[in-house]
Amino acid sequence: MTQNAKIIDTEIKPYTMNFGPQHPAAHGVLRLILEMEGELIKRADPHIGLLHRGTEKLIEHKTYLQAVPYFDRLDYVAPMNQEHAFALATEKLLNLTVPPRAQYIRVLYAELGRILNHILNITTFAIDVGAITPALWGFEEREKGMEFYERVSGARLHANYFRPGGVHQDLPKGLAEDIHRWCDKDFPKFLDDLDNLLTENRIFKQRTVDIGVVSKKNAFDWGFSGPMLRGSGVPWDLRKAQPYECYADMDFDIPVGKTGDCYARYLIRMEEMRQSVKIMKQAIEKMPEGPVKVDDHKVAPPKRAEMKTSMEALIHHFKLYTEGYHVPAGETYAAVEAPKGEFGVYLVSDGTNKPYRCRIRAPGFTHLQAFDFMSKGHMLADGVAIIGSLDIVFGEIDR
Amino acid sequence: MPAEDLQRLGDYIAQALGKHVSSHQVAHGELVINIARGSIIPVLTFLRDDARCEFKILIDLLGADYPTRPERFDVVYHLLSLTHNQRIRIKLMAGEETPVPSVTGVFSNADWYEREVWDMYGVIFDNHPDLRRILTDYGFEGHPQRKDFPLTGYVELRYDEEQKRVVYEPVKLQQDYRVFDALSPWEGMTDVQIPGNDKQVMPKHGWRSGKK
Repeated sequence: MTQNAKIIDTEIKPYTMNFGPQHPAAHGVLRLILEMEGELIKRADPHIGLLHRGTEKLIEHKTYLQAVPYFDRLDYVAPMNQEHAFALATEKLLNLTVPPRAQYIRVLYAELGRILNHILNITTFAIDVGAITPALWGFEEREKGMEFYERVSGARLHANYFRPGGVHQDLPKGLAEDIHRWCDKDFPKFLDDLDNLLTENRIFKQRTVDIGVVSKKNAFDWGFSGPMLRGSGVPWDLRKAQPYECYADMDFDIPVGKTGDCYARYLIRMEEMRQSVKIMKQAIEKMPEGPVKVDDHKVAPPKRAEMKTSMEALIHHFKLYTEGYHVPAGETYAAVEAPKGEFGVYLVSDGTNKPYRCRIRAPGFTHLQAFDFMSKGHMLADGVAIIGSLDIVFGEIDR
Repeated sequence: MPAEDLQRLGDYIAQALGKHVSSHQVAHGELVINIARGSIIPVLTFLRDDARCEFKILIDLLGADYPTRPERFDVVYHLLSLTHNQRIRIKLMAGEETPVPSVTGVFSNADWYEREVWDMYGVIFDNHPDLRRILTDYGFEGHPQRKDFPLTGYVELRYDEEQKRVVYEPVKLQQDYRVFDALSPWEGMTDVQIPGNDKQVMPKHGWRSGKK
């Protein structure tokens, strides 16, 4: 007995755990090396780059028009919002102004993209914290949104629709009415259902309130933007602060969170969807008639009918799709308020038909690197909730 | 913000920082400040804390490669001021062997950005807490976004059924990489010739100006 009574002093060291890269709660190919002390996260080291495709390098080898589809493949949840930033940057260097109808179409589809993104984020976030139903309902609604994508561009995901100089084609007949009807009836009803399922749900609140709190100061320090920044109580939205396209004509509000936790970010995304619906309806109602791309065949291709009769139009078409257009030398940065935050494109042109350097500033990259400090001291399961509220998509993080 | 205001802000910053700022200009409605490599920390600290600047968010930090220059890399910092609704770009030059002071102490999110610039271009950052590769594969060699790094890379990998593991091999292309160099004397958008004036204006791109 005396032998066994000796107290063994053991120290449990923090142990290291591997999370992902194939994990349902990792939202893609996120690999986390977690240093755990029991159930608490001491340190998190995200290993990213498993989806790195070298987009920036590839763009340097493509003409400006050929570069557009790469932007669909970044944040593949809201493709057109990315194209938008590239189109704006190119137009800035070319010194082009897009015709009003094209601006309204762009705003309409940028907001639709925001809705698509937020549906996916909120519903998968809900799965992460234990609710399955929102995803089952949400994906049906999301599919309807993607059908609108398909009807205007021919593709559900990789739209290649916003091009420097305007948009590729005008809205087909009846599409505007269908989108308006969806904004009026179907979608707000779905939003109310989603609201009922989650907002006051006791389990959902237990899992998200006071989890991953970010103060204003930290949000600045870690370069947050979009809903992550607004969740920490900073009223900042590029659509209001530095309006591009026709956002200045739109009447909408910017929701701002108070607590800076996962729940605040959820509430902001919910409200942003309602505001997006409001913007989409205004865009359809106010949309003027007219051309959807600039009337300059050095940048935008001529009409097909014109090409059948005009030699010059045919030459322009051929030159645009082989050589592309030359962009004046210079550098510029253009940013849009993408659903995830500030998505920017820094473009350096050397005066040829290909970008010399195209830097893509993805909001998810910045947000994910804050995961370490956000998750410190939280339980492992809360880490999953934080990842969900960060709204990360690996297409844009890894580029 | 109008260009004059930007110019004034640029003058103010240049005056306040004195020798740190080598030049500043406004282009496309954006304020650009060129500085020397060693000055980056005082410059960013000033821009963050000064009441007329308050650039509290580091939006982006990136590299660019100009192989013909003696100091081939540009490191570019984009800052955003919410209070003044203002953006600014800070540029400095670096060579392959000349380290740039890390700004992780000024902005925490510079950490991954600097790792990415190191990974992609091989720019060294002094005093960075953890300068590892970030986007490329474990054990990757070279810096892929340098202009002299081929688009197809050097190695490819596949799963080997016999060895039951992933193996790396030199890149084998089924066909040569096709470069469509379509640059022509077609004047494009950049060089719209005014009718009747074409004798005085030379095309910027094309056979006459001697460019390929």
